[in-house]
Amino acid sequence: MPSLTDISLLEAASALRKGDFSSVELTEACLERIEALEPQIHAFLAQTPDLAISQAKAADQRLQEWRKNTEEPLPLTLGIPVAIKDVLCLEGIPTTCGSLILEDFRPPYSATSVARLIDNGVVILGKTNTDEFAMGSSTENSAYGTTHNPWDLDRVPGGSSGGSAAAVAAHMCFAALGTDTGGSVRQPASFCGITGLKTSYGRVSRYGLIAYGSSLDTVGALTRSAADLLPLFTAMAGHDPLDSTCMPDPVPEINLDDGSLAGIRIGVPKEYFIEGIQDEVETAVRSAVKIFEALGAEIQEVSLPHTDLALPVYYLIAPAEASANLARYDAVRFGPRLKSEKLWDQYLKTRGELFGPEVKRRIMLGTYALSAGYYDAYYGQAQKVRTLIKDDFETVFKDVDLIACPVAPTTAFRIGEHGDDPLAMYLEDIFTLPANLAGVPGMAFPVGFDRNDLPIGMQLNAPHMGEKALFQAVHAYQTQTDWHRRKPDL
Amino acid sequence: MSLTVDEVRHIANLARLQLTPEEERRYAQQLSSILESAARLLEVDTAQIPPTATVLPLRAPLRPDTPRPCPTREKMLSNAPEAEAGMFRVPPVLE
Repeated sequence: MPSLTDISLLEAASALRKGDFSSVELTEACLERIEALEPQIHAFLAQTPDLAISQAKAADQRLQEWRKNTEEPLPLTLGIPVAIKDVLCLEGIPTTCGSLILEDFRPPYSATSVARLIDNGVVILGKTNTDEFAMGSSTENSAYGTTHNPWDLDRVPGGSSGGSAAAVAAHMCFAALGTDTGGSVRQPASFCGITGLKTSYGRVSRYGLIAYGSSLDTVGALTRSAADLLPLFTAMAGHDPLDSTCMPDPVPEINLDDGSLAGIRIGVPKEYFIEGIQDEVETAVRSAVKIFEALGAEIQEVSLPHTDLALPVYYLIAPAEASANLARYDAVRFGPRLKSEKLWDQYLKTRGELFGPEVKRRIMLGTYALSAGYYDAYYGQAQKVRTLIKDDFETVFKDVDLIACPVAPTTAFRIGEHGDDPLAMYLEDIFTLPANLAGVPGMAFPVGFDRNDLPIGMQLNAPHMGEKALFQAVHAYQTQTDWHRRKPDL
Repeated sequence: MSLTVDEVRHIANLARLQLTPEEERRYAQQLSSILESAARLLEVDTAQIPPTATVLPLRAPLRPDTPRPCPTREKMLSNAPEAEAGMFRVPPVLE
């Protein structure tokens, strides 16, 4: 029998129902694995074993009740150990956003996404590492140290949801929540060989997600397959009166039984296969497209002509929104205070010393883009070009149901490889930023390995609120392939 | 497009960030190269293009304004670096 941490989330859910093992046993297996591997990987910023065991006991009790009447509906996530990215509030548990400016902050309430998972019976193992305020592509910007990629400990796990991706890839947990503002779920999923969903903007409530770029931020999840991801999506999605940008649309019923993709049209955008992309990434993505074709999908080349403008648009809009959102860290209501005699000096000192270099860089970039005399030229212009990028997607989605493309130009890079060169790091995001600017959903999933045995990911994008098609297509692919079943040697 | 150290100092002050002289020099250089890389954006003809502030079709949905439970004052003050008499305590604002 395989180790408890090596089965899938759905297998675990089924075994819990049958009583093959308890949620407490499953949780203890995860806690032991975390204890053994955490010194090498550093996926967690806070571990919550006491909370986990108490949630597992409650789940076992609920399962015992349920066995008296198995007609009662029971959530698939009941008793399943998960981890939460440290930008999502969990009441009473330190939530730092990877920043010294939120050291020891204990939120007075939980994020809606987290609360809904708790209502659906999950067991929370801890909070995972992230680039500070989700600003980064490697977790190297965390104030609390870098997470290591389970496939090669000298490499980054991607970011900013790198702790979540590494924890899932290392089988420390069955699923983890992440957030995606410019690729922060999809790129680490790709680097760690797992499946990650960036939801449509407005599909999952942002209440309790500590804000970075409010017009771009989305809550998503990372798991080892699309089938494992579905119960988390279903639990989290849907209207929330506490987030005025959360769409009232009903959550779709998604059935993964019929695996055919007959009649599904998939577009492959030519702008995503550019110079600088690693050969093996292009080859693996093109081979995966052939598998979609064999599954019945119709493949056609499409064009998203403004793709190359997504990078400058994103790196003006996101910092502008960040500069406003991060104004709240004033050492008045929460966070550490570096004392001064005057309030003004206290602001300068606390923020200057406790924000990390990338966060300060983006705050200043955003402040500049919004400042008198530059607003129209930078921020206003970026918002207009954003319209062109959004229109590109709307035009293409008149002809195809899904867009297939790489997640990142390369596989996981080495820790420290980009040094202090912000532009080199920003280039990691060129294939993931457009979906955030357009607000459309995307799912990343593994499609091969390179010569260094590092996972290669690709993504599918769907029209706004079109998650159903993503689940069906990626699940169909995963019934034909076993890339997602590979496990790193640790 | 390049930023001088004086401009960086001005922006940092607007953003309430105290920087060391070394940081001011480094950010002047880094922010300049980021803005230079964005220069091609400024060339795009957008005279007829409306800005996108949100991708959503929603516009300010309304709901009934009814009271609901909320965290207590003690809870909201529990993260404060300094609190007194049920309030956040700060150093003097005025001279």
